Amino acid sequence: MKPASNIAETAKRSDVRRRWLLSAPALITIFLAAIGPLLVVLMFSFMVKGDYGDVKYWQFSTNGWISVLFERDPIDDTLGIATANFTILWRSIKLSLITTIITLLLGFPTAYFIATRPNKNRDIWLLLITIPFWTNLLIRTFGIQDVIRNEGLLNILLMKLGLISQPIQMLFTDGAVLLGLTYVYFPLMVLPIYSSLEKLDFRLVEAGYDLYATRFKVLWNIVLPLSKPGIVAGVILVFIPSIGAYVTPRVLGGGKNMMLGNLIEQQFGQARDWPFGSALSISLLAIVTLALLVYVKNVSRSGGSHGH
Amino acid sequence: MAIKSRGFEIKSQTGFTFIALACIFTLYVPIATLVVYAFNDTESMSLWGGFSLRWFRSAWQNRAIQDAVLRSLQIAVIAATLATMMGTLAALATTRTEGYRGLTFKYAIINQPLVIPEIVTAVALLIVFARIKVWTGYTGVGYLVAAHTAFCIPFAYLPIRARLEGMDLTLETAASDLYANSWNAFRFVTLPLLLPGVIAGYMLAFVVSLDDVVITEFVKSGGQETLPTYMLGQIRRSVTPEVNAAATCFLAISVMAVTAFYFISRKKT
Repeated sequence: MKPASNIAETAKRSDVRRRWLLSAPALITIFLAAIGPLLVVLMFSFMVKGDYGDVKYWQFSTNGWISVLFERDPIDDTLGIATANFTILWRSIKLSLITTIITLLLGFPTAYFIATRPNKNRDIWLLLITIPFWTNLLIRTFGIQDVIRNEGLLNILLMKLGLISQPIQMLFTDGAVLLGLTYVYFPLMVLPIYSSLEKLDFRLVEAGYDLYATRFKVLWNIVLPLSKPGIVAGVILVFIPSIGAYVTPRVLGGGKNMMLGNLIEQQFGQARDWPFGSALSISLLAIVTLALLVYVKNVSRSGGSHGH
Repeated sequence: MAIKSRGFEIKSQTGFTFIALACIFTLYVPIATLVVYAFNDTESMSLWGGFSLRWFRSAWQNRAIQDAVLRSLQIAVIAATLATMMGTLAALATTRTEGYRGLTFKYAIINQPLVIPEIVTAVALLIVFARIKVWTGYTGVGYLVAAHTAFCIPFAYLPIRARLEGMDLTLETAASDLYANSWNAFRFVTLPLLLPGVIAGYMLAFVVSLDDVVITEFVKSGGQETLPTYMLGQIRRSVTPEVNAAATCFLAISVMAVTAFYFISRKKT
């Protein structure tokens, strides 16, 4: 018996070696052009800021991290709370949370609608959601800009209807950023919820009605709990890109309504403070990782309780 | 299955159909607006001056747009090709196994570009590539290709993996029983069966590369505009209908790629 198991062992080992070889190009590319550089960012966040951007190599400093929370008074050199940064951080968190809530409130009914269509039409509805999702983010954001500009579609329509006499300034407000984020990430909420609802056994719903549940009770106590994995996935998929958004606040928020992504960009552009920009990037990464951990915990828990 | 009972539709929920239809309609309003403006004959964005192709003509003749479009397509073709090849190999390495040490690690690495905010990756690449540009003196398009390839890999990988998971090893075993070596078994058995997944993966990678703004904006050297970064640069001034026309063409390419992807991946052979 021993030689046979040895042969199987050797075969298994050479199979694993072959598999590592096959995946090497992808792993190396991603490491070199995506993960590795993140470690450099972490290093840079602890270095001394260079005079014209860049950093002074191997000179340790925590100034980059201090700048995340505090700002130095230019006159008496004391540290105070960095209110400007907090405003931006708070706006990023607030806007991405509201975006997540709105996309959930609108996305769930949309996913439910698609999941309850007859089989043969479902794919077409799904395609209708997917096409905007794969359309260039910038193009979609431009489209929003075209609609809400002062002389844009929405203002013209409202004026034609006589609801307003002057165009309302909608562009370059927090509301515009919120609208843009909601619009852009809506499909990311619908798709995972749909795939949960698609598997929903409607006999359970029928059973609920047989027991005299109201429509709302059926929705709340049967449909929602069963689609929880999809909802959690959708929430994460919307929250992560929203909090890191860069293009949408830049195009629809203008210079004033910055989010974290724009603040980071600024440090590598005009402000030339790479350590601070690096510290901000790592902070953003930390928020995202935290969100992902919550997700993983939720998934494993709901996976366990359903027993499969 | 009894869907209807007591004469009422158990699947319906009050207001859901209305919300869904309104949302799906709204999804297309901005896109439609942009396309309509691209065909507008007047310079003004608010007045409709009749149907015309003049902005397409002038976009076509605009040297900067031409350059940007060609560069976008060039990067997308190379990056999608590389990403699809690497994605295929990686998919072969991570499916149809009882599992081995490092498999979860591989999943995590390959999917990593999907979970990291783009702005963070962009900044990281800016820092690293800026150094390499100084050291080597090379400032060509290679950096963009490398960055695009990396973030396209998961998009190419996922549909290919999905396809592979639905295939068992019987046919490959049959091939090797008939003395096919492993290359021939792959070339004549695995690859043809895998092809729909590979095409789907390629198209997703292509569209994702074509659409990228943030990473490209940070990695590009001077004068290396792609269409998205060119458009982003234009908004500081005013959006010209020319940009709308170019965007409309890109939109058409993306829609065709996605629709093709959808029909290919739906076909179950």
